[in-house]
Amino acid sequence: MKKKKFLQGIQDGMPICLGYFSVSMAFGITAVLSGMPVWAAVLTSLSNVTSAGQFAGVGIIVAGGSMIELAFTQLIINMRYFLMSLSVSQKVESRMTTGQRLAVSYGITDEIFAVSMQHKGELTAVYMAGLILMPVLGWTGGTLVGAVATSVMPAILQDAMGIALYGMFIAIIVPPAREHRNVLFAVLAAVAASYAFAYMPVLKEISGGWSIIIITVVISALAAWLRPIEDEESVSAAEDTPAAQEQEVHA
Amino acid sequence: MKTGYLLLAIFVMAFTTYLIRTLPMVIFRKKITNRFVQSFLYYVPYVVLAAMTFPAVFGSTGSLAGACAGCAVAVLLAYKGKGLLTVAVGAALAVLAVQIMGF
Repeated sequence: MKKKKFLQGIQDGMPICLGYFSVSMAFGITAVLSGMPVWAAVLTSLSNVTSAGQFAGVGIIVAGGSMIELAFTQLIINMRYFLMSLSVSQKVESRMTTGQRLAVSYGITDEIFAVSMQHKGELTAVYMAGLILMPVLGWTGGTLVGAVATSVMPAILQDAMGIALYGMFIAIIVPPAREHRNVLFAVLAAVAASYAFAYMPVLKEISGGWSIIIITVVISALAAWLRPIEDEESVSAAEDTPAAQEQEVHA
Repeated sequence: MKTGYLLLAIFVMAFTTYLIRTLPMVIFRKKITNRFVQSFLYYVPYVVLAAMTFPAVFGSTGSLAGACAGCAVAVLLAYKGKGLLTVAVGAALAVLAVQIMGF
């Protein structure tokens, strides 16, 4: 049973691993071109496992920035993980130990969070270990390959792979939005708000990290206030998306 | 670039990011029963992913035309209930096809 859960996690983590590889290759390339040694680029990926935060961090490190600046930048860009971790904390099995919680939280990335939210049932430590393992290998390995070879993948292929992660996000949002009207409205409101933060005067001055946090808190709160979920839906209602069912069939 | 500075910088980044991830997991050990908070957390994944995808997806590839095609294919495949990998690869192939055609 445990082995099956672990393998299920590995399988669910494979698409993330593939998606991460090309993004982290780009990170490895950028880091080395900015003057970072290969080992530092690889260590950064292994210890941080976060895309936007790392790209911003390299910029600061190369400019010889202070530790406070580094910490504050990570705090702003990565504050969304706080909300994601909070959601995950509600879906993990209640008997998960503190040690397991400390270990699992290392791997809460946008994509791992997304996949774990559409996983059927409670999240066990074994499943999460499997789910986190492949993406971390892909992320670290991609950084190494990108840093060492600096550019092996033809540019046109790298370009095309850039959309893969967003494709995964779309695969997660669309099925429940099609099924549930309240989710559809929340999604449309989030998209509209995101456009406002990208293009409207004043709002567009706010950094990407802060925009995501503000949008998430305001729109989710509005949706929860206007359309509170029924008891049977609960936090893990996302389980019943067609994508999740299809994954189950393939398993 | 001094090794000491690099090591410290990487540690500070990793530690800050880890704290953000781990605090909620360790603090909120019990299931939250408040209906508003439950509803809030139910909406978070969809809202955060939607906000991160749009409009960023349109700048994620070498060309706007390619990104539009990839996004359209992704939405269509997702609407038909296809799995994550199918949607992601389908979107990337659509981008590749459009870019090979020279757009």
